[in-house]
Amino acid sequence: MSTQVPETETETETEAETEVEHDEPLAPAQEERMRKKAEARADREERARREAAERAEGDDDTYHLKVFRFDPEVEGKQEPRFDDFHVPYEKGMTVLDALIYARDTFDSSLTFRHSCRQAICGSDALFVNGRQRLGCKTQLSDLDQPVRVEPLPHAEVEKDLVVDMDHFYDQMEAVEPYFDADELPDGELEEQRQTRENREKVKMSTRCIWCGACMSSCNIAAGTNEYLGPAAINKAYRFAMDEREGEDRKQHRLNILEQENGVWRCQTQFSCTEVCPKDIPLTEHIQELKREAVKSNLKFW
Amino acid sequence: MYEHDVIVVGAGGAGLRAAIAAQEEGADVAIVSKLHPVRSHTGAAEGGINAALREGDSWEDHAYDTMKGSDYLGDAPAIETLCKDSPKEVIQLEHWGMAFSREEDGRVSQRPFGGLSFPRTTYAGAETGHQLLHTMYEQLVKRGITVYDEWYVSDLAVTDEERPEDRTCHGVVAYDIQSGELSGFRATEGVILATGGLGQVFDHTTNAVANTGDGVAMAYRAGVPIEDMEFIQFHPTSLPSTGVLISEGVRGEGGILYNAEGERFMFEYGYASNDGELASRDVVARAELSEVNEGRGIDDEYVHLDMRHLGEERIIDRLENILHLAKDFEGVDGLEEPMPVKPGQHYAMGGIETDENGETCVGGLYAAGECACASVHGSNRLGGNALPELIVFGKRAGAHAAGKDLGTAEIETGQRGEYEVGEVDTPVQPGEVEPAGGESDAVADGGVAAETGSGDGHDIVERAVTRERERVQSLMEKDEGVQHAEIRSDVQESMTRYVNVFREEEGLKRALEDIAEARERYRDVFVKDPSRTFNTDLIQTLETRNILDLAEAITLGALARDEFRGAHWRAEHQERRDDEWLKHTMLSWNDGSPELWYRPVILEGEDKEYEPKIRSY
Repeated sequence: MSTQVPETETETETEAETEVEHDEPLAPAQEERMRKKAEARADREERARREAAERAEGDDDTYHLKVFRFDPEVEGKQEPRFDDFHVPYEKGMTVLDALIYARDTFDSSLTFRHSCRQAICGSDALFVNGRQRLGCKTQLSDLDQPVRVEPLPHAEVEKDLVVDMDHFYDQMEAVEPYFDADELPDGELEEQRQTRENREKVKMSTRCIWCGACMSSCNIAAGTNEYLGPAAINKAYRFAMDEREGEDRKQHRLNILEQENGVWRCQTQFSCTEVCPKDIPLTEHIQELKREAVKSNLKFW
Repeated sequence: MYEHDVIVVGAGGAGLRAAIAAQEEGADVAIVSKLHPVRSHTGAAEGGINAALREGDSWEDHAYDTMKGSDYLGDAPAIETLCKDSPKEVIQLEHWGMAFSREEDGRVSQRPFGGLSFPRTTYAGAETGHQLLHTMYEQLVKRGITVYDEWYVSDLAVTDEERPEDRTCHGVVAYDIQSGELSGFRATEGVILATGGLGQVFDHTTNAVANTGDGVAMAYRAGVPIEDMEFIQFHPTSLPSTGVLISEGVRGEGGILYNAEGERFMFEYGYASNDGELASRDVVARAELSEVNEGRGIDDEYVHLDMRHLGEERIIDRLENILHLAKDFEGVDGLEEPMPVKPGQHYAMGGIETDENGETCVGGLYAAGECACASVHGSNRLGGNALPELIVFGKRAGAHAAGKDLGTAEIETGQRGEYEVGEVDTPVQPGEVEPAGGESDAVADGGVAAETGSGDGHDIVERAVTRERERVQSLMEKDEGVQHAEIRSDVQESMTRYVNVFREEEGLKRALEDIAEARERYRDVFVKDPSRTFNTDLIQTLETRNILDLAEAITLGALARDEFRGAHWRAEHQERRDDEWLKHTMLSWNDGSPELWYRPVILEGEDKEYEPKIRSY
């Protein structure tokens, strides 16, 4: 399904907890402890609910998030909608922090991918206020409220903010994304020398974290599923420009890239470059490969 | 049910290397991982990878530094294996195209790191782990190795003979996160656990959210001893707000630590007069917290790490990633201002007991990487020694599981040979809440051993699946109770408060009480999200169980070890006591009640014996 859906507003509510029941009888002290804990929890939730509502009145210390919800499995979530969350703000808080807070405090079914929370695992690319961004490195303070959080556009939504990445991975793997030197130096302890200049040339392309933001932002990649897309082409660039691979290999790489669904589909709109959280000059890399493709083909014309 | 010769659990550095090695030995191998491989936490490693590559350096020197850094709690056969194998393995990565930083002559660059007598830390900017992870994943794609990504392995299929040494692992049980399908994975040759760190036991950690120590906890409950769990490394430079790591490379390149008074305290207050900022991580972490505790911290919380004097060119060339991290997560421009840093949980030196071939005492069960303890890091890991560990022991485990003869291991595993039974005075009964063999429900029950009796490996895996299905079902069917997030955060806070850089007896006991209380509450845990699709509520609930068992193991070990060694500092015991404590802390689950025992450290290397020396600075 597409994420372009009519918006229906619903207020989220935290459910009031009831007294926890036990199958086995507990020791009196333990019973008392459990009872107190249940009371404390009910108090806490009541307070959280009250505070969230109060803050919604326009308190500066709260951020208002509108989060996309959808779950094909669960009745009531099958119709896509946006839920509102009011999250207490602390300096330095990111979109990911806010989502984690909302999940752990208000609704444990709120689903999104995340792991390293330091912009290197690439799992939390989201569509925030109309732009592809990594949740973990996007400061709430840089965003207008309400902060609208949606899954990456142009991808199948599995649930809430989680999209199917299979197509992205398939494209990445279609460019034969592995190093393939003509020959290795003699001796297992000998290095293949690489100049600093050459390492510098491929450096930015090696920074890709496979987050999928670029693919999601690219109109062309959205229009047809066959286009390799910026991430995969950048991956090919990383190897094609590495001086340690030989000419034949480079030609083979260019052959893959200059096919119908390769570099020529790029219309230089720069949207991939704009959203890349690792600042990789994707569009430039694609153009450079177009040039290489022309140069190499001219030899045979 | 799926079936392969070798099943690797986890797809970080150790898992990928193991899979490649197993396939090279002709095995049909598959990786099962709760994340897609490129999302693994190895990608967050920054500083570098130690290997003796240059003239003037030698594997023997690397081994000596590692043993000294470990505060003589590493086992010589494991350390020597690490140091002998790592040059070849690092060059193997180079041959696979890894984008290492380069010298003028085109060879890979190396830099100084804490505790090293030679600048032997090979690196790729300050993103070495990212480059390593992606390079290895590329090789995996090249070889067409099967990956079951976003499958959560929640249990091992191990037989239940009385002695763990007689048990066999036949596979794993995994939950397809996307579909909610629970399935068996039978391994005819071996299962390799490469599940990484357990930083989520603490609330301020450099580790990813996924690092919940699943492999260690599963192996522990299956009867495999876990070793030296009390030794947790706190990295001296993590960002105060998030725990994001600021590489030791900053200090390696000449970065300086200052307190609130602008004093270079490592020298000024004599924490390490010879090595300054490049003293071992445990020393620097204690120095920083001492400054804060004595009122010389900034905002009563952190100190400053300054790299401005290195100059923009050098910073961009070698530490560019650090500029981005400081900017994105702390709003600080490292070229213009010093960066705020404080110690954060970083690495678990302990883990699943293995020998130098990655084998555990349970037949067919291997472990490698951070989840394993061979042991190479002893009580304090040197910076730059985690990445070589991944590839060296990942490769050995993979090759061995696939049938390659690596020679007889010198390290013994399980309760064999010489060992000593330990005792510790605990304020609460550690272990499962319900007594072993009692009326324990599927949620609280941790034992994983499937029933034996007639039947082959296939049946053992089937039974483990059935059992796990019941556990998951009971969690899902409950419609009220306690949520995992509450239990998890309480334990994390207690661990950070009481089992941190500085430890004292009373605090350790408090932590054990808190953990016991959390176990009680875990009996009432429930999964609120009824969905079978991508149910992270369920996954995190299962993970929280692992956090509980590991928090307890760490704290028990720490309480029992009444000495000061490496990263383990005890208020009441300020001396390293070699006469009594040159031994590994071992913990066996024993059907739910942890049993403490000890095994002597092996200081006997191939050609020499490592003589414990006083640590002086």
